[in-house]
Amino acid sequence: MGDETVEAEATEGEAAEPEEPVELAYGVAVTRPRGETVLHPSREQLLDVVRALRSDGFWMCVDVCGVDYLTHPGRSLPRGVEPQRFEVVAGFLDHGGARRARVRTQVPADDPTCPSLFRIHPGVEAMEREAFDLFGIVFDGHPDMTRILMPEDWVGHPLRKDYDIGAIPVQFKAAHS
Amino acid sequence: MSATDTTAAARLSIEALDSALVHLTADGGVLRLSEVEAERLSGYQPPAVEEPGGERMIMNMGPQHPSTHGVLRLILELEGEVIRRSKPVVGYLHTGMEKTGEDLTYVQGCTNVTRMDYASPLFSELAFALGAETLLGVEVPERAQWIRMLMCEMNRLSSHLLFQATNGMDLGAASMMLYGWREREEVLRFLELVSGLRMNHNYIRVGGVAADLPDGWRDAALAVLDPLPERIEEFEVLLSGQPIWRERLQGVGVITAEEAIALGATGPILRSTGYAWDLRRNMPYLRYDQVDFDVCVGTYGDSYDRYAVRLAEIGESIRIIRQVLDKMPAGPYRVQDKKVTPPPRARIDESMEALIHHFKIFTEGFKVPEGEAYAAVESPRGELGCYMVSDGSGKPYRMHIRGPSFVNLQTLPHLMKDSMIADTVAIVSSVDPIMGEVDR
Repeated sequence: MGDETVEAEATEGEAAEPEEPVELAYGVAVTRPRGETVLHPSREQLLDVVRALRSDGFWMCVDVCGVDYLTHPGRSLPRGVEPQRFEVVAGFLDHGGARRARVRTQVPADDPTCPSLFRIHPGVEAMEREAFDLFGIVFDGHPDMTRILMPEDWVGHPLRKDYDIGAIPVQFKAAHS
Repeated sequence: MSATDTTAAARLSIEALDSALVHLTADGGVLRLSEVEAERLSGYQPPAVEEPGGERMIMNMGPQHPSTHGVLRLILELEGEVIRRSKPVVGYLHTGMEKTGEDLTYVQGCTNVTRMDYASPLFSELAFALGAETLLGVEVPERAQWIRMLMCEMNRLSSHLLFQATNGMDLGAASMMLYGWREREEVLRFLELVSGLRMNHNYIRVGGVAADLPDGWRDAALAVLDPLPERIEEFEVLLSGQPIWRERLQGVGVITAEEAIALGATGPILRSTGYAWDLRRNMPYLRYDQVDFDVCVGTYGDSYDRYAVRLAEIGESIRIIRQVLDKMPAGPYRVQDKKVTPPPRARIDESMEALIHHFKIFTEGFKVPEGEAYAAVESPRGELGCYMVSDGSGKPYRMHIRGPSFVNLQTLPHLMKDSMIADTVAIVSSVDPIMGEVDR
């Protein structure tokens, strides 16, 4: 418990000191929160990083999901990475080395698009559709950018933080209010 | 039957993966058709002039079909009786559980995720708890680790037995259905004894488990385990040895290891191709590195191998549980961290502070340090992961579950490509999707 908090504070402190160099891997900034490896490419660098990961043994793209940081903008990111409203988080698995890597890509609110990993990992097809469905992030180069969980004619993207949660009025016949 | 990670991964090369990638994108097995279009095109389509021999028919299968394991809908493009392209349509069970999870405290979160994969609920709870514990930096006591292992392996038994039952029924072995459900009920009885509930246990909590093992748990576990090997031999006689059973499954729905990896398929689908990848062995969590078991793999990656891998995994789970019974340590069953764990019941009667503390944990929950974490476990269907983002409050800012069924479903169009429509049920059944987890 105590160790983790100290570590988290230490990384924040590093980000605040300008002379501390940012650790790089695959040409992009890397952080290691709680022992996990997290890469922070820009949208332009994303495909190159994923290709480099794949040739480095990370054969499987395990997971792709979106995160909406609308109400939590002050998260800790390595220096040089501009926080944006959305993030696309992809997880990769290296079977030979038994290690994981995570790639967090910043996606701005006014242009919610991100390059699709479909040409490199066809298994992301459903996961990217889910991120589109629930966050409205459009993946360029995806063969079938349609809703997957919500009905096709649904309006809005439910996992966005500013999505109004609807309520069905319930009438209690016996009780007068 | 067993292999280490190095041999499994070393047998594949990046070149083989690349060619699988090309093959997957070129095989044209995936039908990309909106539901509105599928509605319009459904039924017989006269052959187009430019397509010789192209008498195509769009057919909807499901979502209410009894063999589609819940509410899975398949749009099939048929040429005669052969499936050319297909598309699984999901979302009929979508209830926004990830959105709900953002509004529940970490204490309440387990009740939410346990309803995702209703055939193996303890694994979702475990992934959620491991994710939150990583963020908290809490190390769960030894006894809790072993209790979690015991319960998860019991749950794997019940899940695989359920598969044997439904798989048998799907293929017309109706008596198998009764046998599978009978054995599963025995396992559920044990889970009920320990957790109080047959399903949706809410037993594995952040910081440990909900309650210590009750008196007589060891005898109850042995009563479940002892008759099982004999029953499994019965399954073998009933199914594995039968020529009809083999005819229906062997060579049906074949996938290679490279294709499975490219499609993100995990669990028995990946192992049925001969690729020994099991998180319990290769990236151990809990105390799986202290028990002895084999990773079961197939050879051909067909429906039969997927059936056989699951059947063999029942035996391995029994092996693990027997070791857990021997090695179960004494000690606390939840972490002795006052921040996460409510005070014991007896303390509440004596101390006003303990009562307030108890009340606060269950109403407000506890605060989790800011950050993100991903925790993964090997569920009966494959890698079940939980990606959690905390903003420092008492509720997860984002709680994403990587459901193995959801990802595994993508193999369906490739498995069904150029197969007969009668094999659809066998193939869907062999993928063993649980729609509650697919749709979340």
